[in-house]
Amino acid sequence: MTYIAKPKLHHPSLQPNALGFTRRDYEGRISTLCAGCGHDSISAAIVQACYELSIEPHRVAKMSGIGCSSKTPDYFLGQAHGFNSVHGRMPSVLTGAAMANRDLIYLGVSGDGDSASIGLGQFAHALRRGVNMVYICENNGVYGLTKGQFSATADAGAKSKSGEVHVDSAIDLISMALLLGASYVARSFSGDKKQLVPLIMGAIRHKGAAILDVISPCVTFNNHAGSTKSFDYVREHDEAVNAVDFVPARKEITADYEPGTTELVRQHDGSYLKLAKLRPDYDPSNRIAALAYLQEHQAQGELVTGLIYVAPEAADLHDHLGTADTPLNTLTEKELCPGAKALEVVNGEYR
Amino acid sequence: MRAITGPLAATNDFVVKFANINGSGSASANELFARSILRMGVPVASRNIFPSNIQGLPTWYEVRVSGEGWLGRRGGVDFMVALNPQTFDKDMASIEPGGYLLYDSTKPIPPEKFRPDITVLPIPLTEICNKAYADPRQRQLFKNIVYVGAMTSLLGMDLEAVKWLIAEQFESKPKLLAPNIQALGFGYEYARDRLKDRCKLKVKRQDKVGERIFIQGNNAAALGCVWAGATVCAWYPITPSTSLAENYNRHASRFRIDPVSKKKNFAFLQAEDEIAAIGMVVGASWNGARAFTATSGPGISLMSEIFGFAYYAEVPAVVFDVQRGGPSTGMPTRTQQSDLLLAAYASHGDTKHVLLFPEDPHECFDFAAAAFDLAERLQTPVFVMMDLDIGMNDWLVEPLSWDDTRRYDRGKVLSAEELEAGKTFGRYIDVDGDAVPYRTIPGTHPSQGAYFTRGSSHDAYARYSEEGATYVAGMQRLLRKFETAKSLVPKPAAREAKEKARFGVIYYGSTAVAMNEAVAVLEQKGLPLDLMRVRAFPFNDDVEAFIAAHEQVFVVEQNRDAQLMKLMVGECAIDPAKFLPILHFDGTPITARFIIKEIAARAGLAEAEAQEAAQ
Ligand SMILES: Cc1ncc(C[n+]2csc(CCOP(=O)(O)OP(=O)(O)O)c2C)c(N)n1
Ligand code: SF4
Ligand SMILES: [Mg+2]
Repeated sequence: MTYIAKPKLHHPSLQPNALGFTRRDYEGRISTLCAGCGHDSISAAIVQACYELSIEPHRVAKMSGIGCSSKTPDYFLGQAHGFNSVHGRMPSVLTGAAMANRDLIYLGVSGDGDSASIGLGQFAHALRRGVNMVYICENNGVYGLTKGQFSATADAGAKSKSGEVHVDSAIDLISMALLLGASYVARSFSGDKKQLVPLIMGAIRHKGAAILDVISPCVTFNNHAGSTKSFDYVREHDEAVNAVDFVPARKEITADYEPGTTELVRQHDGSYLKLAKLRPDYDPSNRIAALAYLQEHQAQGELVTGLIYVAPEAADLHDHLGTADTPLNTLTEKELCPGAKALEVVNGEYR
Repeated sequence: MRAITGPLAATNDFVVKFANINGSGSASANELFARSILRMGVPVASRNIFPSNIQGLPTWYEVRVSGEGWLGRRGGVDFMVALNPQTFDKDMASIEPGGYLLYDSTKPIPPEKFRPDITVLPIPLTEICNKAYADPRQRQLFKNIVYVGAMTSLLGMDLEAVKWLIAEQFESKPKLLAPNIQALGFGYEYARDRLKDRCKLKVKRQDKVGERIFIQGNNAAALGCVWAGATVCAWYPITPSTSLAENYNRHASRFRIDPVSKKKNFAFLQAEDEIAAIGMVVGASWNGARAFTATSGPGISLMSEIFGFAYYAEVPAVVFDVQRGGPSTGMPTRTQQSDLLLAAYASHGDTKHVLLFPEDPHECFDFAAAAFDLAERLQTPVFVMMDLDIGMNDWLVEPLSWDDTRRYDRGKVLSAEELEAGKTFGRYIDVDGDAVPYRTIPGTHPSQGAYFTRGSSHDAYARYSEEGATYVAGMQRLLRKFETAKSLVPKPAAREAKEKARFGVIYYGSTAVAMNEAVAVLEQKGLPLDLMRVRAFPFNDDVEAFIAAHEQVFVVEQNRDAQLMKLMVGECAIDPAKFLPILHFDGTPITARFIIKEIAARAGLAEAEAQEAAQ
């Protein structure tokens, strides 16, 4: 048999998008994570976001570090190249890849151990450089793959499965990202697909460093009473500042646009983020105020989610480096090599 | 010992050493001195011996003048320009019997404080400058030009050649030209009038420099990267490699600007550390760009985890290791060849890497370009093993050359057309029997050629696998790939003695210049030696054959542990008892005298003869 028929039509998720791809074209291998793991829901949200944006799967480069979370790029976008690097070093590998070809979409997936412990340095530097990427930290407060040790994002006072109480203060990747100059900063929850999918879509279309801290419960090691990263805890404490709707470029904005309660953010590529203000006083364009808001509300035990901050016209790494528009990996030998004559001139300068 | 017959007399064959204080602005004056001699057609070898410090500590600059064209360090000093009170006594003690000492006699030193067997050349540098200049900075800076002026007269150099060089140097700052020429004149006239005929070391115009250029290895390697089409450089500052990256940026900013947009056709990024630097290089190479990093030992240590990844996932990477004295921070501004074993097997698990050993800046250029071809052809990291001596000193070498008909070897990369034509793709399949698989670049084709790069065990299709047999097959293929590398890396350079030789000598890298001279002397003394300069790891079969063909083989290295010898013992089918290691590792470049003395002694040349040979 040369052709394996796929069940076609009828099922709504198999509707083709603008490019003629169905949702299935954005899937990957079968996940090997624990049943119910939050990370699998994030993979599903990535599939949904890419499908809805009608992205060509092969124009995405999927990068990750090491951990359960970092395994997931194998489980979505099977037609995209993937790079499962070493522990904590995804940001540098992604940065290098982005330097070589500015035209692909770079999707970095990491865990809280990968990003906040061993890889905190690379996390920080990739953000402050404005690497044009979507950086998703699948945050479960533990090292899943090494069987449940606390990670650096575990809250002080959180209890491990065996009853141990965490004492060190937590690293808040979102506050750090704001300080470091990330230009698209969001937090969400793996269990809230409605919030997560448009946030990923907005991040993909954002030019510059986009970071999503997605609380993603580890059902095996950190989903018990006393954990602050369990499904129940997150549902109870989730306080969204806004609800985001992604409006692609060239699509007319009509319908339920109500100034005052809704805000429109125009992105670099002409797309819009339509924000329903759930907290009327919250302004995602004010970095300093966002930081203060986070500190204040997190101190009260709230888990602030939504689009925390966006600077839609931020400069990115290539602006900083001054690289030409043509991707470096497509330059030909003729464009790259100055040749024998030029070398003769150089020789003359060293005599 | 040579009999003391009064002041040393020599033409175009002596060593001058400048003892200065770091940060006093002496470097450019000393270089001016060396270049002036080159302009007279006389070969020089210069070496900067500097501290890990910005200001205040002692620094030396050694210039060997050699009409014969010997470019290694000879050892010993014939003419000391002693301008650093901190090191004055030691500097004086290091002068050869019959040698010369120039010092600032503004505060004269009583004659009994000097060695009786040397000629003292007092010049009141401070006094001359204080009289001529009001500004304290000028007083300090021009002192350096004044002593160059004095040397010009003492050594009978061509004053016009020095003036020409100064004029070239200040072409863009004409205001500084006249005062520099004036300071040169102060020194020249003082020595001419007051120290006439006191110095019997002379420079005489020759025609021995020819088309050669005077360039640092880091600079030449950087040029090699530009010519080889490297578009991504990620690095972290570390002596002695920093100027390699900085020179790349400088040359690329000149030769790699898009003619229309005026933007850069390269990316130059100072990373947060060496781990990030190599991560970026691997990411960029994976994505189809030619990428490199430049570092030194401590950086190689930090990068090790990712070297193993690149070896196992088969991603190209070019790494320049400009070696310095280790272990730990060691002697950061001194030279050594002590990272060989580290680099050859960098990372956990069974790993092996390709190493190249350039002998001078000229070969740094060639090997830089070769490294990118090899890395992409073999899909693996390639290390260019330089050292501080080559990297940071100006060497007189043949001009750099590029053949315009040469093509980059971008290795086995499948294009969209090839994928479209239905070429089956499995990332790690050995299609051609040379153990080198085909790769694809992200974004090439909508439905063909995607794969998942990972450092975990994988099958021929890059799928995760913990099957023992699959893992073993992959590891065995990597070993076969290393065999393929043998036939692609630069072959060793061999030279047979005119007479049949009992002994062979194996050496590599910056040792070559001193070795060439040592062998010439030893042969004159009746000790014929066959030579093999190893240029790469894995070792070509010629290396094994060379060792087999000799009763005993000297291995001359600049490290404590005979690292190349160990690598050969481990990787070649040979008898380790054949090796006689000759090791120099005090941080200064190895000298011809040292090699002569060691080999002569071990080869059983009579003691007296050995001593004499070493003089
Ligand atoms: C250099 C190094 N040290 C330690 C490990 C072991 N290790 C593997 S995954 C992991 C932690 C992963 O935690 P996280 O990033 O939070 O991912 P999760 O499994 O929770 O999704 C560790 C410590 C490693 N792979 N490499
Ligand atoms: S251990 Fe935790 S993080 Fe890992 S797959 Fe299982 S549930 Fe997910
Ligand atoms: Mg985790």
